[in-house]
Amino acid sequence: MTKAVNESLPTSAVTEKIKLGLKKRHRSEMMFKTTGLAAVLLGFMLVFVLLFDITSKALPAFHQHWVQLEVDYSASNLRYSEGDSLENLRYRSTLRKAIANQFPDVKSRRDKRQLNGLYSSNAEFAIKDFLIANPQALNTVQNVWVRVDDDVDIYLKETTSLGEPLIRIDEKEAQWIKSLVEAGQIDKRFNIQFFTSSDSREPELAGVRGALTGTMLTMLVTLVLSFPLGVAAALYLEEFAPKNKWTDMIEVNINNLAAVPSIIFGLLGLAVIINLFGLPRSAPLVGGIVLTLMTLPTIIIASRASIKAVPPSIREAATGLGASKIQTTFSHVLPMAMPGILTGTIIGMAQALGETAPLLMIGMVAFIVDVPASITDASTVMPVQIFLWADSPERGFLAKTSAAILVLLGFLFLMNASAAYLRRRFESK
Amino acid sequence: MVDIISAKSLGSNDIKIDGAVGEPFCDDAKMSMRNVDVFYGDNQAIHDVSFDLEKNQVTALIGPSGCGKSTFLRCLNRMNDLIPICNVKGSLQLDGEEIYGKQMDPVLLRARVGMVFQKPNPFPKSIYENVAYGPKIHGLATDKSELDEIVETSLRKAGLFNEVKDRLDQPGTGLSGGQQQRLCIARTIAVSPEVILMDEPASALDPIATAVIEELIHELKEKYTIAIVTHSMQQAARVSQKTAYFHLGKLVEMGDTKQIFTNPRHELTENYISGRFG
Repeated sequence: MTKAVNESLPTSAVTEKIKLGLKKRHRSEMMFKTTGLAAVLLGFMLVFVLLFDITSKALPAFHQHWVQLEVDYSASNLRYSEGDSLENLRYRSTLRKAIANQFPDVKSRRDKRQLNGLYSSNAEFAIKDFLIANPQALNTVQNVWVRVDDDVDIYLKETTSLGEPLIRIDEKEAQWIKSLVEAGQIDKRFNIQFFTSSDSREPELAGVRGALTGTMLTMLVTLVLSFPLGVAAALYLEEFAPKNKWTDMIEVNINNLAAVPSIIFGLLGLAVIINLFGLPRSAPLVGGIVLTLMTLPTIIIASRASIKAVPPSIREAATGLGASKIQTTFSHVLPMAMPGILTGTIIGMAQALGETAPLLMIGMVAFIVDVPASITDASTVMPVQIFLWADSPERGFLAKTSAAILVLLGFLFLMNASAAYLRRRFESK
Repeated sequence: MVDIISAKSLGSNDIKIDGAVGEPFCDDAKMSMRNVDVFYGDNQAIHDVSFDLEKNQVTALIGPSGCGKSTFLRCLNRMNDLIPICNVKGSLQLDGEEIYGKQMDPVLLRARVGMVFQKPNPFPKSIYENVAYGPKIHGLATDKSELDEIVETSLRKAGLFNEVKDRLDQPGTGLSGGQQQRLCIARTIAVSPEVILMDEPASALDPIATAVIEELIHELKEKYTIAIVTHSMQQAARVSQKTAYFHLGKLVEMGDTKQIFTNPRHELTENYISGRFG
């Protein structure tokens, strides 16, 4: 019908007809392009806002204020007599004396206690460590730098940046701090402690090393378990398994498993892996196993899609040469599917990296001060550490939380970069 | 063109096919097939086909689209095993050994009966790796120099060596279509098969590349027994000594190529080669 109509029209009339519709077609194309661009820009903006916010909040955590103390390491002060170990001397009273020397005007007991609160509770150990590191300092007077209390630290950071005194610093304390600053006894230093120490109740002492090590160990367990298992399962289902209702059922179940809330896997880990098999609580090993269960469906689904996408002509070519099924699979299908498999793996690992809920169930939420040395040591992970710090009342943890988020993002970035590198290597082959 | 219109649309169903005419059998057979039926599920694709592939000869399988010639070719080295619903009945023998017998290992069979496919399908690896893969998996070379030699002779036989000798480490997928197909032929020869099956090896190539491949087939028949499926009757006439004409899954006629193209015995064959249908 249309054909007949078109034939009856002269050519120019057909052109006219097309021209009429052209405007509309171009407009819809423009609309679609603009919408797409707007979506991309909006996404970028949100990411930028997020990063900017976190970074600006995190920056203070990377610096810390130190205060100089004139410590009198005299034997009488320390109650030291020849042959004594340097471990158990009177460091606390020595510290108190040094502080009192710094502020000779402070007399009352109450004021003194308040004054002591300006120094980190770790200062006592700092002067002890100094003496153990420099035993020749015995019976001399030394200048030792110790950390300030977290409230003082924040006060110093915020008066310099925001100009408004906040938090638990009163008039008197502000005066003392001012005199210290004017005497040049306050110094701002890079907070290396943040990367070298583990969690602490004191914000000025807390660091991410324990959680970061825990995350690395947990991710390692997850990768070592889920990658081979996932790829093997995908290869079996795609290349070897007969296509029948059993494999169909397995496929449906794997897809469903990908949608199971992660906390369920945590409960499973608690009930089966810890209570039934008796593996240690809070350990990266158990965390890794639980996250493996969570990651497996993602890896299997992505791997299957990627294996399916390998052209059948490659399988035919290898089979036609007399390659056995396993040779075809491992020398041709798997290498060609590898980039897609790696993409799936990195998505699964990234999910696992950010997972908190199932790890709470298996006890990785505990307060752990030691850096885990093996996969069976008690440990926590970065997202749980962030959760713990975000939950802490001390204001000093505010910046720490943001800084920990930055560290977690950095870890994720490194993980993705290495996957991208591996993928490029497989693609170029 | 022959391959556009399928035989079913030609109203040729009323012409009876009553067993193959001509000379489907010979004394010096490399492969002999008897009463072969092939089913895809409930669909019968090949009906009672019997003929021989003569040793060191090129046998062309021709026929309209959907006549089952490719299906049949793929039975000869059990490539149809890859299709779960495909079922082959009857007797297919290679040097008197039953191809679908329990004694026959499909891996060994495919090493003895190589295949070249319609679309060039080199592995996404280097040219060298492409040719060396077969000898490697079958353990045909004991050391690197022996493998190098196999690769070189295979590429030479496929007429490709001079074109690629400086870039053996480049990916095989970077070659032109004709070169890729010759690479696939070199890959097949490298395993030293006894029979080479070719499934429309030149259909994706331009006339010049086709001529090169045809020339190659001509030389290869000195050493190998070749079966080639083709849509081009001219090609069949040029390269083959024997021709088998398939129609709707049945073998209609088989005989010397010259005789088939000059003096066909069956009405359907005559219709097909004279271009009356297709």
